[in-house]
Amino acid sequence: MAAIVNHRTSTAGSGLSLAAPAIVLAVVLGCIPLAFVVVYSLLTPASFGGVEWVASANAYRSLLFRKDLFSEELVFSPDHLMIFGRSVLLALATTVLCFAVGFPTAAYMASRSPRARKWWVLAITIPFWTSLLVRTLALMLIIGDQGLINGLLIRSGLINAPVAMLYTDFAVLLGLLYSFLPFMVLPLLSSLEKLDPRLLEAGADLYASRWRIALQIVLPNIRPGIAAGCLLVFVPALGSYVVPLILGGGRSMMAGDLIALQFGTSRNWPLGSAESVVLVLFVALAFALSNLVRRRAA
Amino acid sequence: MNRHLPRTFALFAGLSLVFLYAPILVLCSFSFNGGRLFHRWEGFSFAWYAKAIANEGFRDAAVNTLVVSTAATLLATVLATGAVIGLQRAGGRQQQFATALIGLPLVVPEVVMAIATLIFFSSLRNATGVDLGLGNLVVAHTAFCVPFAMMPIRAALRGVDPSVLTAATDLYASDTATRRHVLIPLLMPGIGSGAALAFMVSFDDFAMSQLVAGPGQTTLPVFIWAQLKRPLTPEINAMSTIMLVVSIALICLSMAVTARGKLTTR
Repeated sequence: MAAIVNHRTSTAGSGLSLAAPAIVLAVVLGCIPLAFVVVYSLLTPASFGGVEWVASANAYRSLLFRKDLFSEELVFSPDHLMIFGRSVLLALATTVLCFAVGFPTAAYMASRSPRARKWWVLAITIPFWTSLLVRTLALMLIIGDQGLINGLLIRSGLINAPVAMLYTDFAVLLGLLYSFLPFMVLPLLSSLEKLDPRLLEAGADLYASRWRIALQIVLPNIRPGIAAGCLLVFVPALGSYVVPLILGGGRSMMAGDLIALQFGTSRNWPLGSAESVVLVLFVALAFALSNLVRRRAA
Repeated sequence: MNRHLPRTFALFAGLSLVFLYAPILVLCSFSFNGGRLFHRWEGFSFAWYAKAIANEGFRDAAVNTLVVSTAATLLATVLATGAVIGLQRAGGRQQQFATALIGLPLVVPEVVMAIATLIFFSSLRNATGVDLGLGNLVVAHTAFCVPFAMMPIRAALRGVDPSVLTAATDLYASDTATRRHVLIPLLMPGIGSGAALAFMVSFDDFAMSQLVAGPGQTTLPVFIWAQLKRPLTPEINAMSTIMLVVSIALICLSMAVTARGKLTTR
């Protein structure tokens, strides 16, 4: 890369115009719409979706309070807090589970020959490039009331009525783990590949137990990979939409499907915008935290 | 490394693969089920595929998807190529800023991006009466496909020997000529692979299409999702399997292009 930069001639910067269309598109369909979201969150909802151009902080107020039907007074209502809280908890649980499954997987992959490792990487990557909707649907058809597991259990006579797995927190967590596991494995693998095996030899020669080698040699050395993996899992899990929509079915909601609901049946665009602003703030917080960890590791 | 690895790690790795692939395999196999159930095999049959293909809604959605994804792929690939080449010589900070800007859809939750785009198009319609119809979806898809298309192109740029470019300049090739006759041909494998990625991402998109698409603009994932509101039959498996096959064929294509590119540049 550095060598390419050296190629810079007297006309440096003239190439920038080539990047202009992509940048303009990113501004028009990225920055401007996001700015609209912030503005809409401060307006009044119109009755059939859309907004009235009357400024109001009601959307943010209704994140924490609702109007009492009779006295018109504002009463505390934890509905939003609970859904946001569930989103954060599910995203955290997903991150922990992804690490618990992803670390041994990545370590095993790192121990393979480069050729075998390439096939493993491919196998872990392919699901990412297939439709998340279809994969979530596949899970639904397995854990649903008429799905494979319940069908087999009932036919084998072990149970009489289907075990409710779909539309629970368990289903959503399973779906999140299923969607984002590759995002943990790949950054961990790239850190583990860089780990000097002589460090492990040295540890073993000095009679360190396996646990001590893992905790005192491996983990500190792959900290950038862990930070990247956790961020890559936590952020999309927190904002996940398809998984709670299909596997939560309105009973185990997360912030993502709550937001979409305000633009669908609920027709409260300012509230949905305010929820979006809060969600983006959470994402920004996650980025800031991970930056902090990375800087401390460096 | 091998010596220190607990045996159970191999088990975990195997289980990860099973976990990632078993649902897909179950989905595909029951698309060939003769019966209506998702848990009892009643003989091999193509009946659900015949039914899916005869389904008018499915065919319309397939046409919409092809139109949107093809248009978005072409646009995104051109924009991404321009962006990679254009930013190559920009200063560090400029480059970082532009990359972050274009990469916004990778960071912001997709549902937020989708409702933002919905708000944007609806205010545009209210304020100016402009509604591009299916074009709205094309533009929206293009925006989130560009950062994906840029990844392999940027990787290809890193593999280009800078002395080739210097040689062209030394031989009095203009910047434009160098790009057209030297740089772009060298980047071609990356560009092809970027186009394949863009197509896959657009083809699989659900959130943006669901929230932005107007009536008659349903794409395949949105159509499949809408089937969930009816009693389910393995027809949904057949439709889903068709989608999976397209995605996986594209992954193979993209890899073949990259592999061939590596051979020719060596």
